[in-house]
Amino acid sequence: MPIRIKPEDFDIALELAALVAGRDDIGALVTFTGLVRGGDIASLTLEHYPGMTERALQTLEAEAKRRWPLKACLIIHRVGTLKPRERIVLVAAASQTRAAAFEAASFLMDHLKTDAPFWKREEKADGTSQWLDARDADASAKARWEKP
Amino acid sequence: MRILYFAWVRERTGTAEETLAPPAGIDTAAALADWLSARSDGYAAAFADRTKLRLAINQELADFTAAIAANDEIAFFPPMTGG
Repeated sequence: MPIRIKPEDFDIALELAALVAGRDDIGALVTFTGLVRGGDIASLTLEHYPGMTERALQTLEAEAKRRWPLKACLIIHRVGTLKPRERIVLVAAASQTRAAAFEAASFLMDHLKTDAPFWKREEKADGTSQWLDARDADASAKARWEKP
Repeated sequence: MRILYFAWVRERTGTAEETLAPPAGIDTAAALADWLSARSDGYAAAFADRTKLRLAINQELADFTAAIAANDEIAFFPPMTGG
């Protein structure tokens, strides 16, 4: 399954091995892993819209495959409450050569941040919590892909 | 009409999901938001600043000007913060 949304952790090595198993047409495999930051954050809770989130990620994956000659693609996103240092998201893009894989992985992450219905809430050590606002930096990171 | 709320919108309305039958004339997402706002202070707080709200009709992103129908699934939520 190229797209998975679940509370459980994932094993990066196993996922990548499965993605390229039996393939000899892949020369480049780029991955991105998002982690929960620590500092004054005790935990991070991710909420999603079951159904729409899967659809949004499928649309995103199809667009990446339309733009770049990808051989394989993987998006795993966790939901629920996670502690600092835990993995949140894994994106992998595989192609014949590296340029397409690097660009597609960036494209997928930049759009996943703003176009897929996930919401993050930070819980602080003092018991307070707050929903994170969308960041302007994320919007501009996405916008760079819209240039002709 | 199935109506869903996520993140702080859900916390303010006090419900994640409900099935409602808005009266005739509630035919856009904006009109629905106005009608819902009148239900309680919590709903009013959820819909107070629409620049901070996004919505989906049948799991597709839409604008407040979009038309809605009786069997639609409408969701209200803050801007998305995934990844």
